[in-house]
Formats: sequence, structure tokens, C-alpha cells
Amino acid sequence: MTNPKGRFGIHGGQYIPETLMNAVIELEEAYEHYKTDPDFNRELTELLNEYAGRPSRLYFARKMTEDLGGAKIYLKREDLNHTGAHKINNVLGQALLAKKMGKTRLIAETGAGQHGVATATAAALMGMECVVFMGEEDTRRQALNVYRMRLLGAQVVPVTTGTATLKDAVSEAMREWTSRISDTHYCLGSVMGPHPFPTIVRDFQSVISKEIKEQMLEKEGRLPDAVIACVGGGSNAIGSFYHFIGDKSVRLIGCEAAGRGIDTFETAATVNTGRLGIFHGMKSYFCQDEYGQIAPVYSISAGLDYPGVGPEHAWLHDIGRAEYVPVTDDEAVNAFEYMARTEGIIPAIESAHAVAYAMQLAPTLGKDKSIVITVSGRGDKDCAAIARYRGEDIHE
Amino acid sequence: MSKIGKAFENGKAFIAFITCGDPDLPTTAACVRAAVAGGADLIELGIPFSDPTAEGPVIQGANLRALQGGITTDKIFGFVRELRRDVTVPMVFMTYANVVFSYGAERFIATCKEIGIDGLILPDLPFEEKDEFQPLCTRYGVDLISLIAPTSANRIAMIAKEAEGFIYLVSSLGVTGTRSEITTDLGAIVRVVRENTKVPCAIGFGISTPEQARQMAGIADGAIVGSAIVKLVEQYGREAPAHVGAYVKSMKDALR
Repeated sequence: MTNPKGRFGIHGGQYIPETLMNAVIELEEAYEHYKTDPDFNRELTELLNEYAGRPSRLYFARKMTEDLGGAKIYLKREDLNHTGAHKINNVLGQALLAKKMGKTRLIAETGAGQHGVATATAAALMGMECVVFMGEEDTRRQALNVYRMRLLGAQVVPVTTGTATLKDAVSEAMREWTSRISDTHYCLGSVMGPHPFPTIVRDFQSVISKEIKEQMLEKEGRLPDAVIACVGGGSNAIGSFYHFIGDKSVRLIGCEAAGRGIDTFETAATVNTGRLGIFHGMKSYFCQDEYGQIAPVYSISAGLDYPGVGPEHAWLHDIGRAEYVPVTDDEAVNAFEYMARTEGIIPAIESAHAVAYAMQLAPTLGKDKSIVITVSGRGDKDCAAIARYRGEDIHE
Repeated sequence: MSKIGKAFENGKAFIAFITCGDPDLPTTAACVRAAVAGGADLIELGIPFSDPTAEGPVIQGANLRALQGGITTDKIFGFVRELRRDVTVPMVFMTYANVVFSYGAERFIATCKEIGIDGLILPDLPFEEKDEFQPLCTRYGVDLISLIAPTSANRIAMIAKEAEGFIYLVSSLGVTGTRSEITTDLGAIVRVVRENTKVPCAIGFGISTPEQARQMAGIADGAIVGSAIVKLVEQYGREAPAHVGAYVKSMKDALR
């Protein structure tokens, strides 16, 4: 008896221990109830607008457009949200939902630390306890965000198992959830994991494409020709794509972290190098060996350093609706520096992967075309790592 | 009745879990034989997975050591074939869905049948997703073991009705690992199981002492022990088989 819910084509599902089944069923029921509840939606909209600072700007990047000499470039400024990234959109939704469900404690995984900071922030705001699992390797790469989470009252647990990065943080958060369910909500940060998470997170992030659409119609009187976003698990990308999926004239382009290149083992480009598998609660594409052992992936970006991709992206790839392109560390670092110098905007190294691909694409398109790049977060957190990449040691 | 039923014909069953390839396959083979000699009624062989999300630190460590030692699914198949020359107790594999899926589910399950594996335990394959492998398991006569957890509540009857081989009743919340105390009302769960199936029910997670095993066997049809055995392997390495044999004997004696 297969449950057809939570499938995107063949992807998705609920591949989790029996211990968690009633928890995800309870979550799904609560979400189905509250997503159409006027009071819930009023409260969430108020939080998004008054606390997180939505709607975020759609900024015409005049200098980049002139310099690259092709399509008009617009930047969707998720970096201007409170806490500095798109992650807050999902977290405010989930924290409010958890609160309505009577939960008093939030747990979360984090890679770059942006989702952890957002969760710690929402927990502080709503008076909830918060524990964040973070790969030990990432706590070193993102020391500033560790401090921010602690400052916000969260407990940060460094995860030392496996590769000590994002996938291990997810595993450890899942283990924690199986041991303490009644008062705890697992605030998953991306469009991944078991149903209903990929749907819930997508819905909360889809505010990005809803706004892009309205803002483009207002500024250009037409839809963009392409929307470009970086993809790790894929939450800012699905948020940027969602309301355009039915608009076939809009190319949807997800930029994966190729690390040192997709012809090396030091890559995290899941759609480009992975194959179908079952892991972390979902069927999707994963970087793995011939026996199904999950591969130790690599990217300069802690937020894209994940061996899987959300099931809806896997499906959009299967049906050819979205394109997934690899972007290397080098290309991303160049784009990071280029956007800082050209527009005075320092993007997160994750978002810089999307900027890098836009830099290749824009000159190949006519001046009558327009593209939107989602700047999913700001890059302050990455400055020390980029300096190191360039051979300069700075102290934060 | 499947061959697994035989494990429950010798009084209360003692089920021993061993991670394949920790520290190497010859040691695993010797541990299995020692456990059988000590009275184990069923052997659960763990196929290591890189990211075992249902395991506590002890079995996580065993998985890691085995994988670092170069263990693969194919090597384990060859090892079981060898083991089956003299080991006659029922044996099942415990692994994760991706290990089966990525090998090719049919190729994996057909091989299980061929080499004498009687069942499969996949902690990340709940009732709602069992169609992923159930039709193949049925076709090849390999039991797909169902798990029931302290949180299963209204799901117990549904799961029990379709169970085969035995039911793996998870004693506590959380991951595998030894516990000083098990507080779940397991008697209430077993009552619902009994109302819905004749398939035997064994309790695992957190059991390490003869006293706990005896207590669990008073409630159900058997006790499953993993982490306590894996800990002996971690501690004694290639010298572990004698310790595993003595430990299993003490546990089985407590069940008699």
C-alpha cells in the first residue's frame, strides 16, 4: 500500500524510522489545517513584513548589465532580509506552525549557519528553546555564525560523525528528533527530507517567486526570460522558481556547487554527478558510490556542501522544466569579488554560484531580454574564507 | 511459516546483531559461529551504511570501521555464502534502504534468497513505503521485517496485520545503544500486536544485561541485542569471538 502523497514524479516519499511516522503525520495534518487559516496567514504575513522586512527588493543591476553587455540583470535581494538570507522565510513559517502545534522546542541542522541563525532568531522571538546541529568542520568555517546562534540563546552542537558537514548535521538532527518528539519540532531548513517537509518549505519560500513576478510585471511589464538561483538542497531555488513553473517562456536555472570540478571527486553537483537513491527520508538524486554509500562531497560553500537535492528539483530535472548547471569554486569566488566591485553588493558564496552562471549567460542574450538572479544571502560570513582562498589570512 | 519462525521454537528467542566487516570478515564469521554456539536463535547481520541515521554512536562506529576496511555488499554476499556451509540458524540482513535500492532491488533480494538470507530489516522503510521492496521480497521468499515503535500508537494494528517473519518492537525513543532503563509500556503494545497477528514479536534497542533480556522476554517472544555485542567487538577486536560467545550464552541462559 503505497502512500501517493508527497511525491514529485518518482521522487520524495517518507523513508524514515517508524518512530517518526506519527510526528510527520501530525505535522502534515497541522500544516493542512493552518495553511488556509486566515489568522495563521495574517500572523505570518505580519512577521514576514514587519520583522523580516519583506517584500525584498528587486534591484536593477545597471552596472553589471552594462559591463556584461547583454540581458538586463535584476537581483532579488533576499540578502536584505533580517538575518541576512532567505532562510528566515521558511523558519518564521515553521516556528509559527510549531507554536500552534504546542511545541516548545526547535531543533535544526545548519551548513553555512544561515538556517541555524534564522532558527535561533525565530526561537528567541517566539520564546522557544533551540538546539542547532552543525558539522564540526562547518563550525570552523563559519565561526561567526556559531557565535551569532549562541548570542541568540541557542545551543550549538558540533557534529563530529562522518564528514562533519551538512549531511551529518541533518543525520544528527534526525537522531535527536527520534529521541524527543512530544515537545520538539524539527525545523528543517531546505526542500528535502521526508514528506511533508519538501512541500512545507517550498510553500514558505515561494513568496520569493510571487514577489519577483509582481515586481517584474511592474518594472518591465513582462516576465523575465530566466530565473537563476543556487541549489544545495534547493530551498531558495524552488522559492524562486515556483510561481514560474507554469510560465514556459521563463528558463529556470539552478546552479550546483561543482567544487573543484564535476570531473573530480571534490564536487557537490548532485544532479550533474549523482544518481537515484533513498536517503534522509526521500527518494532523489544523491552523490554515492556503486554500493549506495553516500559520497563525501566538497564545495567551498558550506551551504551547498550536501550530497543530495530536494525531490521537486529532481522532478523538474526529469521533466526538463529546469536546468541544473555546475559552477566551480573558482567561478563562484570570481563572481563574489566581481559583484562586490561592480555593484557594491557582497553576495553569500552560495549565491555567488548563481551570479557566476548569470555572468556567462547574460552576454549571450539580447539587450531586450532580462534575467533575475536570486541573491539568497549576504556574504559577510564568507569574507574570511574567501580571503584564505586568495592566500590571505585575516582574523575576524 | 517462514524459516524465521524456527528461531522462536526454542523457548524465548535471543537475536544477536553483528556488523559485517568490523574489524574484518574472518572475525565477523568467528563471532557469528560463537554466538550460535552460545545459543543465539537468529543472527542479524548488519551491512554497513555510510550514514546510519537510526544508529547510536556504537554501531555508527562499527559501520565506519568496516567501510574503512573496504567492506562492500558483494564481499558480504560471498561471506554469507561461506557461512551458510555450517550455520543453519535463520539469518537476516539489517541495513538501510539505499544499500538495497542502489544495488538494484531485485538483484539484491534474489541474491539474499540464493545465499540463504531469510529476511530484511530496513529501519528507514516504514509501512507507507514498504511497496518499494515488498513485492520482490514476496516473490523471492525473503521476509520484510516490520518495526513498531513506542510512538506507533494507532499504527500498531495496521503494521501487525501485514507483518511477516517477526515483528521488531523498538523498546525506546531514539537511536540504538544500551540504556540503563526502558520505560515504554511495552506490554500494552504487545497486546495489540497479539490481537492482530500470530507472527512472533521480539524487543530491541537498549537491551544489554541478562536481567533486561529476561524482563523483555517476559513481555514478548524474544530479545534483540546489538550495541552490547558490537561494543565487545570494538573492545577486543580479533579476540572478540570468545567474548561474544560467552556473552550470548549468558543472555540466552537468562531467557531459558
